[in-house]
Amino acid sequence: MSEHVLDAKGLNCPLPILKAKKALKAVPSGEVLEILSTDPGSVADFSAFCKQTGNELVESSSEGDVYKFKIKHTA
Amino acid sequence: MAEETNAKSMTIICTKGTLDWAYPPFILATTGAAMGLEVNMFFTFYGLSLLMKDLKLEMSPLGNPAMKMPMMGMHMAMPNIASMIPFVDSGATKMMENMIKQKGVASIPELREMAVEADVKMVACQMTLDLFEYGQEDMIDGVELGGAATYIQMATDSHINLYM
Repeated sequence: MSEHVLDAKGLNCPLPILKAKKALKAVPSGEVLEILSTDPGSVADFSAFCKQTGNELVESSSEGDVYKFKIKHTA
Repeated sequence: MAEETNAKSMTIICTKGTLDWAYPPFILATTGAAMGLEVNMFFTFYGLSLLMKDLKLEMSPLGNPAMKMPMMGMHMAMPNIASMIPFVDSGATKMMENMIKQKGVASIPELREMAVEADVKMVACQMTLDLFEYGQEDMIDGVELGGAATYIQMATDSHINLYM
């Protein structure tokens, strides 16, 4: 489903958010951006980012030490 | 400003110019802008260092008792007197720069550039520029000049006002 993927692994706060914001600009409205991160703080941060910006956090999960987020570009 | 758009807004007064203290304002400014806030930064006194074209930020254990660096599996603070020894400050700076790279933390020039790209407004305090004999030509492009009244006006219209 997600053809837009941002690999933010190895990056620390606030880079995953900043890169995601930039990447979202290229994602057409209604489509989903998938973000991969290794920063444990990004779990709370992507939730807050979506609440504040009005974009929809469709998925927040983890596999091993990689966190996966799916953000639907709605705002 | 704030009333012209529906965006929330934030101001940050930046007063410190060391490598460690350069982080909080630039992290919050870039993140605030990414979250749709209109961000205004006001740089005064040593915070002016953060606007210079030629960024030479250093840090010192002097007066920084909480600065404990991870070394040999533990955290070590350095006694204030160590700063008197030549190269201790530059050593601490190098150590910090290495940690920043290793841990995937953004560099200050990188964060500053992202702030500029995100249209964060940067205002330099005219009085402290005069006091320390700096001019607009010493600073990066796009910096505006202003004084206390400029800040108060920005802060009055703003939802979040921080002093760092």
